Amino acid sequence: MKSYYGRQIVKTPVWRPDIPAYLFCGGLAAGSALLAAGADLTRRPALRRSGRLTALGAVAAGAAFLIHDLGRPARFHHMLRVVKPTSPMSIGTWTLTAFGPAAGLAAAAELTGVAPAAGRAAGLAAAGLAPALATYTAVLLADTAVPSWHEAYPQLPFAFAGSALASAAGAGLLAAPTAEAGPARRLAVAGAAMELAASHRLASTLGLTGEPYRSGRAGALLRASQALTAAGIAGAVLGGARRDSRRRRARLVSALSGAALLAAGALTRFGIFAAGVASTKDPRYTVVPQRARLEQSAADAAGAAGGRPPAGSADDERGAVGPGRDQLADDRVARDLPGDEEPA
Amino acid sequence: MSVAERMGFFTDTSICIGCKACEVACKEWNAIPTDGLDLLGMSFDNTGQLDANTWRHVAFVEQTHDGDLRWLMSSDVCKHCTHAACLDVCPTGSLFRTEFGTVVVQEDICNGCGYCVPACPYGVIDQRQGDGRAWKCTMCYDRIRAGGDGGRAGSGGGLMPACATACPTESIQYGPLDELRDRAARRLEQLHGEGVAQARLYGHDPADGVGGDGAFFLLLDDPEVYGLPPDPVVTTRDLPAMWRRAGLAALAMAAAVVASFVGGSS
Repeated sequence: MKSYYGRQIVKTPVWRPDIPAYLFCGGLAAGSALLAAGADLTRRPALRRSGRLTALGAVAAGAAFLIHDLGRPARFHHMLRVVKPTSPMSIGTWTLTAFGPAAGLAAAAELTGVAPAAGRAAGLAAAGLAPALATYTAVLLADTAVPSWHEAYPQLPFAFAGSALASAAGAGLLAAPTAEAGPARRLAVAGAAMELAASHRLASTLGLTGEPYRSGRAGALLRASQALTAAGIAGAVLGGARRDSRRRRARLVSALSGAALLAAGALTRFGIFAAGVASTKDPRYTVVPQRARLEQSAADAAGAAGGRPPAGSADDERGAVGPGRDQLADDRVARDLPGDEEPA
Repeated sequence: MSVAERMGFFTDTSICIGCKACEVACKEWNAIPTDGLDLLGMSFDNTGQLDANTWRHVAFVEQTHDGDLRWLMSSDVCKHCTHAACLDVCPTGSLFRTEFGTVVVQEDICNGCGYCVPACPYGVIDQRQGDGRAWKCTMCYDRIRAGGDGGRAGSGGGLMPACATACPTESIQYGPLDELRDRAARRLEQLHGEGVAQARLYGHDPADGVGGDGAFFLLLDDPEVYGLPPDPVVTTRDLPAMWRRAGLAALAMAAAVVASFVGGSS
């Protein structure tokens, strides 16, 4: 592969560790709001309380991380000048702006005991926004020229949604008494399974651009996350299997499992962030897939010229190299590239 | 808004002599701070790349082939894409499309969120250290507006951008994009006729992944040799598909929560 003295082509994100920290906090807040709403509707007051308080704490911390990361933090409110559907950050800012006060009201009602009906309404509103809050961040990362984020757009939302649920369930397992923790236990298993499946696909199906997910610092972070997630699932299941006897030990196992899931959630976000950063620093990840795409479309054009009369309009040509061509290029990259061997 | 013609740059690298007058003129006119002295030790290029403080960058490529040395020199710049990812993802509306079809950052609006930086498929726009905001080539928006006649060079009104004005070989040509495209096609034909088979245009095609560049090039080797992506695509082309996947994941998330509450006894 040719390059300009091996220098990178796309820029490395200027975002600091605030951003993966926000990704974790935002996911935790979203999952906790969902858990709290479910607990509220099924009369589990302790699980509701922990969910509402976690949601508020996490969304407040996340907003602080976001503002701290800005080059001009005092201009944070410039985000609220426009609503831009083409900018996932704009959509996310507005989602966060609606979610934060709702989560705050629900937590305030919980702490003060005042206006429980309003607290329920606010909690349900926060839960309604939560799936968007947990998944828009995946679109935010994917909507860049960062090779390992952009090419991962089909998997990233599932990794983030699963991670958000597993983290929130982990917080629930830590805080809620065993008697109310059943839904958190089941949610831990479901969320962790979704996260594990998505991060496995990140490392195994992306061809060359999947390489940063299994090598270097990102690979180490993601492997640690997977190990903690597996331990968290095991603990969640074991902690629920015990009945009246050994209740204290079951409580301890649940709490440890919750802590493991929270740590795994943070590691997932930092790992995915690091993989994208790594993919910007080597021009290979930018050039090789683009070259493969060009060769593929040249081959398609040659094939089309042989099989069909010459295209009458440029629009026909463009239609023929639409979305399908990326997939072909990916497949080609996955098969043909040296240095793209399966993880040992 | 479309009161003027779309203006552009045609950078003909076959006549670039690597003098870096464009880099200097750009820095002077736009009052861009220094990056400090940094010897990169790879070629006569000690600038390295376009960034917040470098809006024109002259690449020096040294190639040896059968003992012969060849120098390729090329003055890179913001491409002012037809479909500009930086502009699409900017959450504050700081980046905007001017009446000349160029893409410009409003420095009083930018809050330094940094989203445009990894969104650019060419790695052009960057955040300035110590300042916090994003900066890039404006195609000398202030100069080309002066006179308000659509910025046509030599027509008594708008000034040419500083880099094109300073370029001693007219490697950097500024003008209405349609005219530049015609001129580039003729130049390519001429070079091919003279036997320079490697000559090719880059960024001239409105059917490419960014809808064509407002600043395009004539190159003498593959784009990646100059540090340019061979087939850039605006990332937001896939945005509808991305939102659909996120919507599916959001539904799966809600379904998992419902199942967790109704699917057990404790």
